[in-house]
Amino acid sequence: MSKDNQILEEFTSKEYEHGWSVDFEADEAPAGLNEEIIRWISAKKEEPQWLLEWRLKAFSTWQNMTEPEWANVHYPKVDFQKLKYYSAPKQKSKPKNLDEVDPELLQIYERLGISLNEQKKLQGIAVDAVLDSVSVGTTFKETLSKLGIIFCSFSEAVQEHPELVKKYLGSVVPMTDNYYAALNSAVFSDGSFCYIPKGVRCPMELSTYFRINAANTGQFERTLIVAEDESYVSYLEGCTAPQRDENQLHAAVVEIYAATNAEVKYSTVQNWFPGDKNGKGGIYNFVTKRGICAGDNSKISWTQVETGSAVTWKYPSCILKGDNSIGEFYSVAVTNNYQQADTGTKMIHIGKNTKSRIVSKGISAGKSQNSYRGQVQVMKRAQNARNFSQCDSLLMGDRCGAHTFPYIDIQNPSAKVEHEATTSKIGEDQIFYCNQRGIDTEDAVALIVNGYAKEVLNQLPMEFAVEAQKLLALTLEGSVG
Amino acid sequence: MLSIKNLHASIEGTPILKGINLEIKAGEVHAIMGPNGSGKSTLASVLAGREEYEVTEGEVLFNGQDLLDLSPEDRAREGVFLAFQYPVEIPGVSTTNFLRTAVNQVREYRGQEALDAVKFLSLMKEKMKLVEIDQKLMSRALNEGFSGGEKKRNEIFQMAMLEPSLSILDETDSGLDIDALRIVSNGVNQLKSPDNATIVVTHYQRLLDYIVPDYVHVLYKGKIVKSGSKELALELEEKGYDWIKEDVDSASV
Repeated sequence: MSKDNQILEEFTSKEYEHGWSVDFEADEAPAGLNEEIIRWISAKKEEPQWLLEWRLKAFSTWQNMTEPEWANVHYPKVDFQKLKYYSAPKQKSKPKNLDEVDPELLQIYERLGISLNEQKKLQGIAVDAVLDSVSVGTTFKETLSKLGIIFCSFSEAVQEHPELVKKYLGSVVPMTDNYYAALNSAVFSDGSFCYIPKGVRCPMELSTYFRINAANTGQFERTLIVAEDESYVSYLEGCTAPQRDENQLHAAVVEIYAATNAEVKYSTVQNWFPGDKNGKGGIYNFVTKRGICAGDNSKISWTQVETGSAVTWKYPSCILKGDNSIGEFYSVAVTNNYQQADTGTKMIHIGKNTKSRIVSKGISAGKSQNSYRGQVQVMKRAQNARNFSQCDSLLMGDRCGAHTFPYIDIQNPSAKVEHEATTSKIGEDQIFYCNQRGIDTEDAVALIVNGYAKEVLNQLPMEFAVEAQKLLALTLEGSVG
Repeated sequence: MLSIKNLHASIEGTPILKGINLEIKAGEVHAIMGPNGSGKSTLASVLAGREEYEVTEGEVLFNGQDLLDLSPEDRAREGVFLAFQYPVEIPGVSTTNFLRTAVNQVREYRGQEALDAVKFLSLMKEKMKLVEIDQKLMSRALNEGFSGGEKKRNEIFQMAMLEPSLSILDETDSGLDIDALRIVSNGVNQLKSPDNATIVVTHYQRLLDYIVPDYVHVLYKGKIVKSGSKELALELEEKGYDWIKEDVDSASV
């Protein structure tokens, strides 16, 4: 075995840091998917009739759809009847605020490094913590509400702000959009809701931390962010799951609405359990994320650092409807062992002078497959649309793959679209150079990879950038000789 | 400080070094000269621990320690520095960030405290003067888009930062104009002390006008075939390598 392979082997035995789970009594739906289950979930959440009807309509749509197979990923099909669609930790009474939340649940988040209690005031980040199918608590709610900002769990929003939910739910990602979006629309359980009123600049980062704990349960969260005229918000999303032998399904929908002059920045650090070194277990991450720049001069920016999941199928997109609106997509996707990722973005230019920018950095190691898939569409009336795309791939070892699938559809001759792509390998020369200056190989790889991904990491809020750098280093530890 | 005994090394089964013997003491400057393909750069690479080269025979002691037994990073931490003939580019990593990682890993190995940002930057400022390097280069990605001269200056700057006891300059003069050569040599000379030693690997005598060697060795076909004082370099400059080649080749027939 060559030295390269030896180090690769060592690296594949690295364990996933968040692979633990906690036993607690859960309130679960029985396994299976049918109308009864959907009624059960809706009743559990005491939802209004219109929402139940919306779910049922989505379900009947989903039943007539087929699972998409165009992505460059291969996995055994999900048996939707074997899954459970709702699992919530049992709590004696509904907690009115964070102080009433079961300390055991808060401890789960402490262990993940997210404090919902003591340190919450120091961090300047408001957190909504979602465990399996429910939100266990949201911090800084009062501070934010003084500015008119609504930041709460989706279930709470349905109860407290039904008019807003009704207006925007499904307005960006229609229930008929795709197979997983339809499924999510039928069975979604919880997620975050965020509303920034006109003229308000949200003074802190808003974030949701998703944790799957229960076994054999799908997580179907729904996030809705609405930014009214002249408002600004930066939103973060993090996620982890226990290490289990079975694959688990995570099919989320995120919708963002940006009105005139509004700006929304959405950052994700995705670290779902990726499966073990033999490719056993791991999360199927089939997610639909889309934002609409509905108003003129609005801006939506997606930044993602994807390190986890066995299979990822995800294309955070922007519909640039307002004139002069801007869409951005910055992505670092790392795959290792047997992970597969098919990820990218869609930029749909509808308004005049709309601009989009795509920076995608793929890193493949082990026996993984990493695909960038992106679509740039310029519609007829999108005069002077501009797009710049840059897709880079970095390979480690000789058993992984990197693929790029760019689609460009231009219907207005004034459009300017640029696409740049590079593929490179981490060079032994680079590693040796670092070694010769006293830097060991692990740190050399971390240094080189972080340098490679810098343009994307720079887009993340400070606290997240540091975390993401560590995560990249950890995911790729020892992956090069 | 450095004792090389009967060193043999090969790459992909082809022998390159065929029995090198060399003793270097603290405070000395040794020049290794020789025609192209004689094994000069191989010797530098083997000492630094480049993996493609396999040592098939012999030993190298560095301050009494078996150097060949150490990983490349531990050799660096023990005080061996190689100024590369072709410095490597690392996109997205600033020279400052790179060097801070290096300096602190070396310090950690030596049981010294890590330098904080303020102390590190003031050390950088002090050492930058030695090679007249522009501050702007420090925040740019390491060696990316640097001119040939800037790359070589950066090598000597890194040497100044890491304060090695044994520096190996591999063809540091290649690709330098006369001004850059003067600046680089100046830096090397200022770093010289009774406690450290320098190996200058070069094809031309030119560099030795600036960095004056105590000893000159001629490498040919993987062996040191002639050693002498700095006058030997001048003789080589004048007469070329052919007379040495002829001497050796006729002796081996």
